[in-house]
Amino acid sequence: MKKYGVEFIVGIFVLIGTAALAYLAIDIGGLSGGEDDSYPLVARFDSSSGLKEGAHIEIAGVRVGQVRSIVLDSDSFESVVTMLIDEGIALPEDSMASIRTAGIIGDRFIKVSPGGAEEVLAANDEILETESAISIEELVSKYIFEE
Amino acid sequence: MANDQSLESPGVVVGTVCAIGRSAINAVQQAGRLAMFFVTTLSRLFYWPFPFAEVIKQIHFIGAKSMPVIIMAGLFTGMVVALQFYDALIRFGSVDLLGSVVALALIRELGPVMAALMIIARAGSATCSEIAIMRNEQQFDALDCMAIDVYRYVMLPRLVAAIIAVPLLTAVVDVVGIGGGYIVGVLIQDVSYGAYIGGMVDTVQWNDVRMGLIKSVLFGAVIFCVVLAKGFYLHIEQPVSGAEGVGRATTEAVVLSAILMLFTDYVVSAFLL
Amino acid sequence: MSAVEAGGEGAGAPSQAIIQVTDLVTHYGDRQILKSVDFSVNRGEIMVVMGGSGSGKSTLLRHLLALEKATSGRIVVDGVDIGSASRKQLTELRKGIGVAFQGGALLSSMSVADNVKLPLRQHTRLNEDTIDIMARLKLELMNLSGCEDLMPAELSGGMLKRTGLARAVVMDPKLLFFDEPSAGLDPVTSVELDDLILKLREAVNITMVVVTHELESAFKIADRITVLFDGEIAKVGTPEEIRACDDERVQNMINRRPRKDPVDANKYLNRLTAGAR
Repeated sequence: MKKYGVEFIVGIFVLIGTAALAYLAIDIGGLSGGEDDSYPLVARFDSSSGLKEGAHIEIAGVRVGQVRSIVLDSDSFESVVTMLIDEGIALPEDSMASIRTAGIIGDRFIKVSPGGAEEVLAANDEILETESAISIEELVSKYIFEE
Repeated sequence: MANDQSLESPGVVVGTVCAIGRSAINAVQQAGRLAMFFVTTLSRLFYWPFPFAEVIKQIHFIGAKSMPVIIMAGLFTGMVVALQFYDALIRFGSVDLLGSVVALALIRELGPVMAALMIIARAGSATCSEIAIMRNEQQFDALDCMAIDVYRYVMLPRLVAAIIAVPLLTAVVDVVGIGGGYIVGVLIQDVSYGAYIGGMVDTVQWNDVRMGLIKSVLFGAVIFCVVLAKGFYLHIEQPVSGAEGVGRATTEAVVLSAILMLFTDYVVSAFLL
Repeated sequence: MSAVEAGGEGAGAPSQAIIQVTDLVTHYGDRQILKSVDFSVNRGEIMVVMGGSGSGKSTLLRHLLALEKATSGRIVVDGVDIGSASRKQLTELRKGIGVAFQGGALLSSMSVADNVKLPLRQHTRLNEDTIDIMARLKLELMNLSGCEDLMPAELSGGMLKRTGLARAVVMDPKLLFFDEPSAGLDPVTSVELDDLILKLREAVNITMVVVTHELESAFKIADRITVLFDGEIAKVGTPEEIRACDDERVQNMINRRPRKDPVDANKYLNRLTAGAR
């Protein structure tokens, strides 16, 4: 009976601990069980400066996915960004992806502005219209030297 | 051996140099003993049958019985972190970041460290004195003479139990701490619920959780390796035997395991950041 | 069982010697404890090792049990050279040896019965009922029936020793070591324990090595006595021979005269500083 008690308590402890760990990993840490519930899209930017893997994709301010990878196309020297968009969100072919900043010093994210075309993008299609990261330094220097 | 001659007529300089040399040799010897102890204990993982019952018993001691104190530690850590960061963030007008900051601080750093410190204080010291008393009462000699492998039946279950229990306790500290931060931030200071939880979920990545997890596993191994070895080598390391030796060994084990834990913390952070 | 493979060189002793120690020298740190000890124990006898504290008798015991490494010399126990034995050989040897430690050395986390059953559970494939009966038998032999479920912390000093003895003999060893059977016990309990040792010998006829500083119990139980003095063997012989021995050191011990060797001030100081390091 005493032994049984110990095992029971250990069982409870392990369950609580595992539940806490699972909550941290899955709910807060965003570790998903796979990528089944999303599909990839590709976009090319002249500059993806400041964008990180895992950054948000937003449409009208609502989060609809995240950046999976950012690699350099060594032929065109463009940044190739692969995005994971939640399943069920169909984007028109002429949608535009632009890199934006949350506030002045906040994280970079990709804002997708849906177009009006009938055709929708399928998995692994490319968003052709893109707008690169706006660099505050560039804006400032442009302003100063054009005066 | 060589410095024995110089001890006969120790000049101040020679004496000091000898003292430095002696403590260096001691430190290296102790490090070597610790490493050998760890490797020997782990090597017993591959012997069959594995003493499961003893592991369960030790998880009960190290883990389940630490729950109340771990919950208290987590709660207050989370609350005070939220309080401090609220006060700092409000100066920049960015209290919306509170959830992110509290969660990151807890998951990456404070959770593992607080859990480890509480475990050193509660289970580590108790385990060290238990092992030291066993040494003192010749129980290890008796086990040797009965041809029973001490590493396998006494050390390994405790080490394995710690490696299982510490990460779980750390996760509990994290979650309870986030709850404590919620109490202070949302319920007392009126940060919006969405900003707290949403910010947290948006900011914390799997990498952060993984870092906390790696840390806590290593902490469990480091702490218990130190406290077990300190108790086990009582007869070699302590100048006095008996109850006083046990007390000294326990004190040294607590200090050394805390320092090694914090050192491990830095090394892991440096590697993973 | 007793494959006398020791026959090789050196050992040369007749096969009735179960323990053969040749020229054993040991150090503790820089301090020499045993200075060239030759020692042998014959099968079936009770050998008592006597000596004052610091004479090296406990050290000798620890070496016989292979708990320490010797500086030089050779120890052969039941045909196994302890200095060069592999771990496996040592394990096999130890299964046939029982050791009763000074304070019992019971595992504090286990009950009396579990302590006694431990060697059986580890080294035999007997079923739990048989193990239970064997443990009860040995506990009964030690007048400990009824104490099965007590924890070591609840036992008196004499009970701890007796439980330790029960555990030592539960595997029916052919060789039993007993460290200080009467230390820390009141005279009555001490005599009881001596009787127990004799009873045990009659019951299972084993070889015993008993380390003690108690004269009475030594003369009562011994077949032969070895007197150790300052890391050297002063005399080996039957109790009668020891009584009749005219070696001053032996006589001093028997008559409980304090040693009166002149203390050299320098030596004494050196000893003190050696302890401080």
